[in-house]
Amino acid sequence: MAKITYITHDNHNHTIEVQNGLSVMEGAVQNDIPGIDADCGGGMACATCHVYVKDEWFDKIPAKEDGEEDMLDMAFEPKKNSRLSCQIIVSDELNGLTVHIPSKQG
Amino acid sequence: MNKTDALIIGAGPTGLFTAHQLKLIGLDCEIVDNLDKIGGQCIELYPDKPIYDIPAVPECTGEELTNNLINQIKPFDIKFHLSERVDEVKKEGDNWIVKTNNGKTFSTPNVIIAGGVGSFEPRKFPVKECEKFENKSVLYSIKDKSIFKDKTVTIFGGGDSALDWAVELSKNSQVNLVHRRDDFRGAQATVDKVNELAKDGKINLFTKYQISSVKGEYKLESLDIKNDDKEIKTLKTDYALGFFGLIMQLGPIANWGLNIDKKTIEVDTEKFETNQKGIYAVGDICSYPGKLKLILSGFHEGALAARACFKLARPNEKYRFEFTTSSKTIKDRLGVKSD
Repeated sequence: MAKITYITHDNHNHTIEVQNGLSVMEGAVQNDIPGIDADCGGGMACATCHVYVKDEWFDKIPAKEDGEEDMLDMAFEPKKNSRLSCQIIVSDELNGLTVHIPSKQG
Repeated sequence: MNKTDALIIGAGPTGLFTAHQLKLIGLDCEIVDNLDKIGGQCIELYPDKPIYDIPAVPECTGEELTNNLINQIKPFDIKFHLSERVDEVKKEGDNWIVKTNNGKTFSTPNVIIAGGVGSFEPRKFPVKECEKFENKSVLYSIKDKSIFKDKTVTIFGGGDSALDWAVELSKNSQVNLVHRRDDFRGAQATVDKVNELAKDGKINLFTKYQISSVKGEYKLESLDIKNDDKEIKTLKTDYALGFFGLIMQLGPIANWGLNIDKKTIEVDTEKFETNQKGIYAVGDICSYPGKLKLILSGFHEGALAARACFKLARPNEKYRFEFTTSSKTIKDRLGVKSD
């Protein structure tokens, strides 16, 4: 279990507890947090669950696998700290993780 | 005006199998899809990715699944209308009148929406002002490359579309290629070609840059690109081309008077009918208690919706359930010999 904070583009904080094993995307979708579309359902095929990971967390979470960076090319306003939230799997170590949701997913 | 027993919106796996089911029970149908090819998400998002949960198919790719479904409907003469987006669905008497963006019209008692997450549309530049120049000097696809002759063209993207066009247009135009990182995801041979052209000064390459603004009164005059260190470069250009792939948009479906919640359409689980009589939704786009977004669920939903269509398409006939293993009528429709 980890407490994850999602900050929407208009600065609303949503802190929720997400079960280990779920993705950060699933945590958002299951709790109706706005701004994460996840059109492909977690297949790393659409880049509509794009988030910005808070800098101090970026190096602590497992690195991107092949293909994620390619998908981020298509994301709306990608930055250095961009990730696809379907590829970040929740564990106890992620307790306190904060991600920012972009103003659009595409 | 095209008349048909059922019009299917969406040529993904669910739409294709629904067509199979309609034809099997003796109804005709036509299929409309906004993409220029058959297969929906399977062909657009994951043609090469393996799928492991199609019943009786231990493993297949999105492309293989699509090809198998196309083979399965080969015995039937099904008309496809590709690169057509359904814009309007209106009731007229007992029929639905369906209009596409290119002006095709259909009259049918049954509309089956198998639209996945909506229609695929090009992803656009994040800069709002680009809308002003869209379809004039800001483009997301190329219909006529001759308009770029002797002009300056700024291409954005790192995939095959961006690279192929950069190579092609560099023959007759001044080409800037802008990408957000050093790595390109296009085919290696094309990447090598681009690098070679860049070395020879035929393509101006700007990596780690993204668009930050556009300028121009009536037509695009220049645009700014910015890197991670906030350095800005201004590029004079006649055209900006964005190749960021496609995104799914629910689009006009939202205006057809259907009960929609979280981009999905509410249906019953007997006919997969929406709140509008004669309009059904199947596959990823429908929702009901317990809905699973699996291809196999779409097949089941399509089979039941097809039976529901029979009642409206043949009001004076009675539908009789038959097995493909034993029915002579079905075998005749499939064009196979009966024992």
